[in-house]
Amino acid sequence: MKKWNLIIDVAKCENCNNCMLTTRDEHVGNDFPGYAAPQPVHGHNWIKIHRKVRGQDGMVDAAYRPTMCNHCDDAPCVKAAGDGSVYKRPDGIVIIDPQKARGRKDIVGACPYNVIFWNEELQLPQKWIFDAHLLDQGWKQPRCQQSCPTGVYWAVQVEDSEMQDLVKKHKLEVLRPELNTKPRVYYKNLYRFDKCFIGGSVVAEIDGVLDCISGARVVLKRKGQEIASAESDTFGDFKFDGLDSASGDYQVEVAHPKLGSAKAAASLTDSQYLGLIRLQQGGTSTSSFSPAQQRAQA
Amino acid sequence: MKQALLKTILFGVTHILRRTAKKYPSFREEMKRRNCVVQIKLKDGSIGRHYTFLRGAVKSQAGIHSNPDVTLIFKDLPTALSFLKPGADQAEILNAAKNFRVMVIGRDELSVWFMQLMNQLQTIGLEVGTRMPDGTVRYTTNTNGGPMFVYVKDGRIVRMTPIVFDEKDAPSWSIQARGKTFTPWRKSTLSPHASGLKSMVYSDKRLLYPMKRVDFDPNGERNPQNRGISGYERISWDEALDIVASEIKRMKKEHGPGAIAMPMPSHHQWGNIGYYLSALLRFGNLIGFTRVHLNPDSWEGWYWGAMHHFGSALRLGAPSFYGTVEDCLKEAQQIVFWSSDPESTNGLYAGFEGTQRRLWAKELGIEFVHIDPHLNPTAQLLGGKWLSIRPGTDSALANAIMFVWVTEGLYDKQYVTERTTGFDEWRDYLLGKEDGVPKTPEWQEAETGIPAHLCRALARSWGSKKTYLAAGGLGAGFGGAARTATGSQWARCMILMMAMQGWGKPGINFGNLQMGAPLDYNFYFPGYAEGGISGEIAFTASGINNYQRMPHLITMNPVKQMIPRQRLPEAIIDGYSKGFMWDGSSIEAQFAPFEYPMPGYSKIHMLYRYGGSTFGTIAKSGRFEQSYRHPSIEFVVNQSIWFEGDAKFADIILPACTSFERWDISEWANCAGYIHHNNAQLNHRVVTLQHKCIEPLGESKSDYQIYLEILHRLGLGAMFSEGCSELDWCKRVFDSTDLPRYVSWKEFVKKGYHVIPAEAENMRDPVSMRWYAEDRPKDVPEPHPLPSQFSGEFGKGLETQSGKLEFVSSSLLRGQADNPERPALNRYLPAWEGPHAKELFEKYPLQMISTHPRYSFHTYGDGKDSVLNDIDDHRIFINGYYYWVMKVNPQDAAKRGIHHHQPIRVFNDRGSAIFVADVSPLVGPGSMKTFESNADYDPVHSHGVDGISDRSGCANVLTSPRPQQQGTEGMAANSCLVEMEPWTPPAGLKSHVQIKGMPPSNERPAASAKAAAAVRV
Repeated sequence: MKKWNLIIDVAKCENCNNCMLTTRDEHVGNDFPGYAAPQPVHGHNWIKIHRKVRGQDGMVDAAYRPTMCNHCDDAPCVKAAGDGSVYKRPDGIVIIDPQKARGRKDIVGACPYNVIFWNEELQLPQKWIFDAHLLDQGWKQPRCQQSCPTGVYWAVQVEDSEMQDLVKKHKLEVLRPELNTKPRVYYKNLYRFDKCFIGGSVVAEIDGVLDCISGARVVLKRKGQEIASAESDTFGDFKFDGLDSASGDYQVEVAHPKLGSAKAAASLTDSQYLGLIRLQQGGTSTSSFSPAQQRAQA
Repeated sequence: MKQALLKTILFGVTHILRRTAKKYPSFREEMKRRNCVVQIKLKDGSIGRHYTFLRGAVKSQAGIHSNPDVTLIFKDLPTALSFLKPGADQAEILNAAKNFRVMVIGRDELSVWFMQLMNQLQTIGLEVGTRMPDGTVRYTTNTNGGPMFVYVKDGRIVRMTPIVFDEKDAPSWSIQARGKTFTPWRKSTLSPHASGLKSMVYSDKRLLYPMKRVDFDPNGERNPQNRGISGYERISWDEALDIVASEIKRMKKEHGPGAIAMPMPSHHQWGNIGYYLSALLRFGNLIGFTRVHLNPDSWEGWYWGAMHHFGSALRLGAPSFYGTVEDCLKEAQQIVFWSSDPESTNGLYAGFEGTQRRLWAKELGIEFVHIDPHLNPTAQLLGGKWLSIRPGTDSALANAIMFVWVTEGLYDKQYVTERTTGFDEWRDYLLGKEDGVPKTPEWQEAETGIPAHLCRALARSWGSKKTYLAAGGLGAGFGGAARTATGSQWARCMILMMAMQGWGKPGINFGNLQMGAPLDYNFYFPGYAEGGISGEIAFTASGINNYQRMPHLITMNPVKQMIPRQRLPEAIIDGYSKGFMWDGSSIEAQFAPFEYPMPGYSKIHMLYRYGGSTFGTIAKSGRFEQSYRHPSIEFVVNQSIWFEGDAKFADIILPACTSFERWDISEWANCAGYIHHNNAQLNHRVVTLQHKCIEPLGESKSDYQIYLEILHRLGLGAMFSEGCSELDWCKRVFDSTDLPRYVSWKEFVKKGYHVIPAEAENMRDPVSMRWYAEDRPKDVPEPHPLPSQFSGEFGKGLETQSGKLEFVSSSLLRGQADNPERPALNRYLPAWEGPHAKELFEKYPLQMISTHPRYSFHTYGDGKDSVLNDIDDHRIFINGYYYWVMKVNPQDAAKRGIHHHQPIRVFNDRGSAIFVADVSPLVGPGSMKTFESNADYDPVHSHGVDGISDRSGCANVLTSPRPQQQGTEGMAANSCLVEMEPWTPPAGLKSHVQIKGMPPSNERPAASAKAAAAVRV
């Protein structure tokens, strides 16, 4: 049986919020019996975009991660409901029955992802229904995908085995896999949101003038072992991404065939910009400036 | 024979009316609305027939009635037949009317009713919209943020979606670049303010009834001092319209011409009929008004600065863009985004159409650099190097880059020699030979905060790679940097930099892929600046195409008195103001000052206000509060959809409906006028009929209908409407375009949209400025410079006096040689409000920028209970109130004990406003970033004994009204020094102006709020 899955590419999300807005457009003021009662105009984020800003002055990036009901195959809400008031359809979509689930505030708390909302007026738990009512009418995609200007969303109706191939091919992840809820919402490039980087800028003094150095080889080491390498760009910048937060000590070694070398160290709690790393002739001396020091100098 | 024909037609009309009334209930209703006798006759009385309408029935009789209510008199038989024959020629009809060969005599309202009824015979049978399987009807509309399908059931909007093209719609274009083929998505992309529109239509802030301020009595105490303080009570339309009409008459009688001012907003709801440059202007011209003249607020630096080096006056000093999408994707190695954030501003009106093209550039490995005080959403999405610059110092960085180009020989020497003038003088200035200060990377570091090594690296990268300069949101114009105290300097530098790099050569041009898609630009459809139905020739672009192609009555405002928009409060309070012209007809037009009052005219005593809020959009907006309460302003009427902003300062409020509740017709993103081919941002040209999707909510009416009903009371309704309804005007616009060659009116009304086929690949327009780089005659489809503005042969060279790119501007030498703030040589002059303003900077050490908003379109989409308020980057909901967001650097926040998502008070000597802090390194230290254009104004007692702040977050409460440079009218909102502190709402805080039952301002009542009615689908 082909089932619905949603793939979300974090690297493509620019926080325009069309997905959130069109979901409200679809559900505020509209009653879809059997699928969903009307959503309140405010207060419910059936789709919600979270922001992650990484780095410090000098090297900063931002990523956005939309979240919504994961349509878990082993859904805690279905279990919590117990009586079928929350159920999984054969096509993988989880529906909270807008009649049967009345008064069941406990269902809200059952979701470990906090994506079920309590409708005070209707006394009803509510959440994103994957636009099941539209898919059942022949729509090929949910509204979040239709309104997305960058192609963040990709709803696929495939066999579970095919989905696993896609997971491998695109290195997809789910949120909080340790819960074993088996979400049907998958993320691509999730590292942009939940991993860290170590970055820096390679400079050297040439004839008394400080310049950005491109083309320097930069090696990232951990406990003496090389784990990644890069080349500094036009502005001397390098960035090692996808590192675990609070993952401890790293060493950065920079070398340039003509301008010398330098070393720097990082103790990673969160993403870290090492600031300027000055190449020294024949030097193994460590030389890096924190962004704050750079400003003090300026 | 012809006499017989006329008699037959007149006789037949009766039967057609009866038959139509029988078939169509809505027509029957319309006929029932009036009981009257209408006489149609030839002037000599030789032929005539009169029609008696009574309780929805009609009968007619040949001959002349003794006392008809309405008489339609044709001078002769040919005139009568030209009107009454099927398929009448509009030009003929207008010609007869203008030469008094046809006259309508009788009560205005009845005359218009009869003419509209007759027109309705043509439209009543049209099938409108597409029936969908789920029982909804799918209509189409168009908005500031893109065209949409609108699904309606039981008279309520169910949903709005992008227009997804079907297989019958014209195919999309493709571009081949570096071995890849790129084709755009087959749908319209929508801006957030479009996606959230349903919530605004059904907003709890909708004005559903005419309102009168409770302490306003037109025949007694008017209490102008209570504007913005007192509440409102519901009145009837008749009472409201009678008051407005009698005040218009009173103004003329008691004060004379000029007493009524109409401060128009820059933007309104999309469309060619209901737009401010259309229906409002037609109305204004018919009553006569003092123009409150806009400044070129998105262009500023381009208009007052850049234009003087290369011309392009009719684009207000912005560069053109044809062919640049293909050229950039094929040739460019790097794009430098300078104050350019198209992902926030969507270019202009263009949904997210440019976004996909920028993602193609990323896919091709084109490198990106972003120069902005803010790591803006474009930089966030695309990546690349962010240079965090201090606001208002951009021209220092530009000078230093050019210094490096000069000293390292990284510029196009042949181009500079052959295609420019004045370079030696400019080079000497850069090298410091002229003022002793070499503009080195180290020199700029102290100004901009950008380390010298980064400046050098950028200069070298730029000087050695084929680079597109994305200057401003359009890539070819706009940009927050153009709205700083140094905005002109920056925009001028942008032109000079391109002049040094060989502007127009392959891969070297202005652009960020937002403009210049390979579409068909020869297909005629008007944009809103062509004036729609205004008939206004002088202040719109109507005369170019629209006036000829859609024959309609010319209108003219005989009041020549004008007030510069930025100076309106002073004009009212001090009784005097002076400004400089926004007029794109030439480079020189801007040098002319204009003063208020103008000899012979009355000062203003009545404001007819319409559209978005002044408080969010004009500098030092607290001034407006005072001016609204000034005793010289005897009457304020505000025609508004929502209760917000300036509407709270009116004596009478007229509730207008949204564009979903009336007819209009338009092309996506086509504004024409000063942005010729603005639709070049799109992936597909889409023309829409803006269906009337639902009936007006409450008692609200369309703007057109409101004007018409006021003008009935002045006997001008027939003149205003030409007997047409809004749908009739849509048909007249349709007939004026190239559309009828491809689609019939009937099909168009049903389907609602038409995709104009893209240009064939071998017919695409050439690249802008390529002709200039190659010293050929101009070959891109823009009709400027004007013929007389070429200094040499027509079509060769630029609009400057030399005909070339000028490093030292001849027009500034000619026009304002003695202006130290705008020298012909583009010297770096530090911002008058910024770190160089020492005393002020000590007191207010933070530099605040307030850019064009990302989620709302100016005020459109903000406040008004819109779902946009639930976007974290737009507003944050804390304890019952939606606060406007201010981005703050972590260091600046920490110093002041401010934490993330905490309310803050931001202030300076001009005012105080409340925001919520968004603490992150997305802005550099010392800078703060928010949006301008909040829709509301909510002054509350916020601090101390009598401290007042705008709680709704109008950044413009804080900005300076000083022009960028003396001798200009350019605004400089992005040069603004402020201080901030944590803020806690004092107990008992409340908004004062209220309508009973409506939650005030951006407050949201707790969950107890009743949900709106729902449609079962």
